[in-house]
Amino acid sequence: MGATASHLGKDLLSEYQVSNVQEPAHKRFTELLSREDKNLPDPRAPTEAILTLPELKSNPFRERIVRVFSTSESRDGLTFEDFLDLLSAFSDSATLEIKSHYAFRIFDFDDDGTLDENDLEKLVNCLTGETDETRLTPDEMKQLISNILEESDIDKDGTVNLSEFQHVISRSPDFVSSFKIVL
Amino acid sequence: KPTSGRKRRRRRESKKERKKDEGRGSRNAQHAVDSGERTEKERQRKRRKDREEKAEHVQSLDKSKVNSRDFEGEGEDEEVEEEEEEVEKEVRPETLTPEELEKLKEAVDDKKKLIQALRGKPWPMKKKHSTLRESQEFLEKYEGALGKGKGRKLYAYKVMMNKKWMKFKRDFENFTTACIPWEMKIKEIESHFGSSVASYFIFLRWMYGINMILFGLTFGLVMVPEALMGRPYGSMPRKTVPRAEETNAMDFAVLWDFGGYAQYSVLFYGYYNSQRAIGWLKFRMPLSYFLVGVGTVAYSYMVVIRKMARNANETGGGDENSFNFSWKTFTSWDYLIGNPETADNKFASITTSFKEAILEEQESRKDDNIHLTRFLRVLANFLVLCCLAGSGYLIYFVVRRSQKFALEGFENHTWWERNEVNMVMSLLGMFCPMLFDVISALENYHPRVALQWQLGRIFALFLGNLYTFIIALMDEINLKRKEEDVVQFNMTMWEASLHNNTADNSTAPPLFTHPADVPRGPCWETMVGQEFVRLIISDTMTTYITLLIGDFLRAVLVRFLNYCWCWDLEAGFPSYSEFDVSGNVLGLIFNQGMIWMGAFYAPCLPALNVLRLHVSMYLQCWAVMCCNVPQERVFKASGSNNFYMAMLLVILFLSTLPAIYTIVTIPPSFDCGPFSGKARMFDVIQETLESDFPAWISKVFSYAANPGLVLPFMLLMVLAIYYLQSTSKSYKEANVELKKKLQMPLPPPVVAMPTKERPPGTQPGTRGKVNHPGCRESRARRDGDEDVRVCEREDLCSESNMRRHAGNLGWLTSGQNI
Repeated sequence: MGATASHLGKDLLSEYQVSNVQEPAHKRFTELLSREDKNLPDPRAPTEAILTLPELKSNPFRERIVRVFSTSESRDGLTFEDFLDLLSAFSDSATLEIKSHYAFRIFDFDDDGTLDENDLEKLVNCLTGETDETRLTPDEMKQLISNILEESDIDKDGTVNLSEFQHVISRSPDFVSSFKIVL
Repeated sequence: KPTSGRKRRRRRESKKERKKDEGRGSRNAQHAVDSGERTEKERQRKRRKDREEKAEHVQSLDKSKVNSRDFEGEGEDEEVEEEEEEVEKEVRPETLTPEELEKLKEAVDDKKKLIQALRGKPWPMKKKHSTLRESQEFLEKYEGALGKGKGRKLYAYKVMMNKKWMKFKRDFENFTTACIPWEMKIKEIESHFGSSVASYFIFLRWMYGINMILFGLTFGLVMVPEALMGRPYGSMPRKTVPRAEETNAMDFAVLWDFGGYAQYSVLFYGYYNSQRAIGWLKFRMPLSYFLVGVGTVAYSYMVVIRKMARNANETGGGDENSFNFSWKTFTSWDYLIGNPETADNKFASITTSFKEAILEEQESRKDDNIHLTRFLRVLANFLVLCCLAGSGYLIYFVVRRSQKFALEGFENHTWWERNEVNMVMSLLGMFCPMLFDVISALENYHPRVALQWQLGRIFALFLGNLYTFIIALMDEINLKRKEEDVVQFNMTMWEASLHNNTADNSTAPPLFTHPADVPRGPCWETMVGQEFVRLIISDTMTTYITLLIGDFLRAVLVRFLNYCWCWDLEAGFPSYSEFDVSGNVLGLIFNQGMIWMGAFYAPCLPALNVLRLHVSMYLQCWAVMCCNVPQERVFKASGSNNFYMAMLLVILFLSTLPAIYTIVTIPPSFDCGPFSGKARMFDVIQETLESDFPAWISKVFSYAANPGLVLPFMLLMVLAIYYLQSTSKSYKEANVELKKKLQMPLPPPVVAMPTKERPPGTQPGTRGKVNHPGCRESRARRDGDEDVRVCEREDLCSESNMRRHAGNLGWLTSGQNI
């Protein structure tokens, strides 16, 4: 399935203009596989191996990214198609709609379809780093979250859903240029 | 037939079967009218099969659909299924009446649109593959079939050409993307330093592109024709080094100053001959020179304004501050960062910006001691004005002094005195910004506001310096023009004396004088060109030297002296330098302004600039990676993007002003350049219109230049601007209204088909439609060429505008989305 998928992929992927990414992507992907896995028809690279990629190593959202793009039952590990999905969502040619869709899913830590206060708190903690001196105090956190909700929550239900998120993101000038990963 | 058909229907390739039906249908085309009865039964049978096929279809989609991951995409899944469903239903006609042909065409178009929109849908790869595959199979089967009858071959041919064209376009786009220079370098910088530093290099690359085009224009249309087809060096007085300067015309010092052989070459204005048409091509040199000058300015305007418009579109208007916290949270992480040190810096800067924003919001109402702050700010501005005035006067003074030196002859003075002007301008450009930085500590602004003030002041400084320089130049030009009269008188005397010598022997041939010996008229245009070239060279040298000393040497010292120094050089003073994005961008912009100013008088300037930018790119990329550390305080790149573009536009306007002024008011030198002998430089246009174009064109132009036509035209443009402005204002107001509406409490969500509310005697039909008595047997009426049945029982049927075509293609809902 893997071999035929990538052969099929070549014709179809040219539709998505990912073709100039596919060769180096395949090389990088096979480097992540263990020796036994390389011979499987549809190999799945384990999460730990993927997190060692230099492009993802410094990213605070790396585990969420792998979980979001993984198509397995346990959300662990990426097949080559998942990997291409990831690259194409983070590429230059992906539209704002795709990027904001995936960004929303990455930020939704509990996978419930909305960004509630817990999600936002985890998000801010990811952004401010691991060490204690860079974290926000609980008061500041509360203030920040209430400010965010005041700005983005249009229907005032206490959570940010996908369309509100996309509305906020569409007005941001930096989002498209910063939501990029290139191999 | 039906029985054998049933067996085939069991297969998953239901589409093939449908095609057979279609084939059968086309054979029965002549019985279209009679088949009404039979098709009714067929229709019912087909509908049952439809449900079976739908089940199979759903299974096949399920395999590619994954779990409940697409909680948002599920709605879209069903849409796609339904779309395909509808389409499948539609294209099972037994007969191919024109309406069905239309329907088929629509279905084919829908599929095409789906394929094109596929890239923009956030589905997983597998789902995209399967949808794409099915759509393509569908298209292959039915696209060719559409063109049945006459014109089929043409249609298929058109389709094939269209596909080939799309493929070619895609390949070309891929190729152009791969051709972009320095892409890997910039990506590496991006991953280490973030997007704001990289934005400087992207801006540099864009400038390089513009300069390449300008270089192409000046080189190809001005320098090359004169070099190839014009009269060669040494054939005319203006093209030869004067006898007096010949001895040191090849010296490196003279060449570095762009005198000697460099001055009397295609690089400068003075070399060009004013002959109307040169060479076997009859190339109109003066016209070309003039038009290239105008064209470079016009092209630059077009490019800059187009870029600004594109940036404005992307930022989407002026919502700058309304999503402050949300943007900080959702968009502040730069996913391109691949370096742990940069990531740590980014964490720190994000935390700082959060804390700052929270504090700012809390303190926004506090204003402590506003009088002191105001006084300090006024004082700071006064000091800055003093600095600006002082630097302006210094430049003026230095330029006048260098004029005096020039009159006395340059050989008598030291190197410093010869290059005083350029050195002073470069040094001012280096030290004054630091002074402004110190002064701005008095003002106590928010860092971003302080940065904007700083940029504005540096801008004013550079502008003031440039204009003072130009005013000083104008004085020199006037001097040279006064000289012209004297020289002309001298020349007539000299020619007379030459004739006197030969007057004795009137039959002797005229004496041949070497062009180097002929007395020359002064050439102010070449002088202006030379001044600009010298300025740019010295500016470039200063930049590179400050780079090497300020960044590289500093980094080397910090790294190696650290082992034997009292305090930690790397953490405290001086530590490694950061990359000064705004300073560098300003430098680039001003350089470009100087190019635009001088390109008319020195066609070599764009070429020089291309070389300079090329070297800068490599040098600065190396310096950034080697000597700089990531910035501690990271500002958004994009917020300043349009700011830099606006500055570029202002500089473009201000730098073309002097050139235009000189072209329009000052008469060209009589002894050099392509416009020598004319009263004004733009007379060349007049001359071309009269001699090269048929008579009626010049009449047309003379009518067009008539004030009676120009004034109403300008009035019309003013009215158009006013109209566009008022419509944009009304759009903005509508926007604000809509935003308010969004924030109002929404009405409680409406359920599509609340079962309780359905009137008695009705039950839900397939796909949520209501089957109430009288629903489908409503009155039929002709609507155009469709036979439409509209259910009129609005009280019972929520699908009161259901439409149904007589061709039994199934129910289509219009308007309502269930």
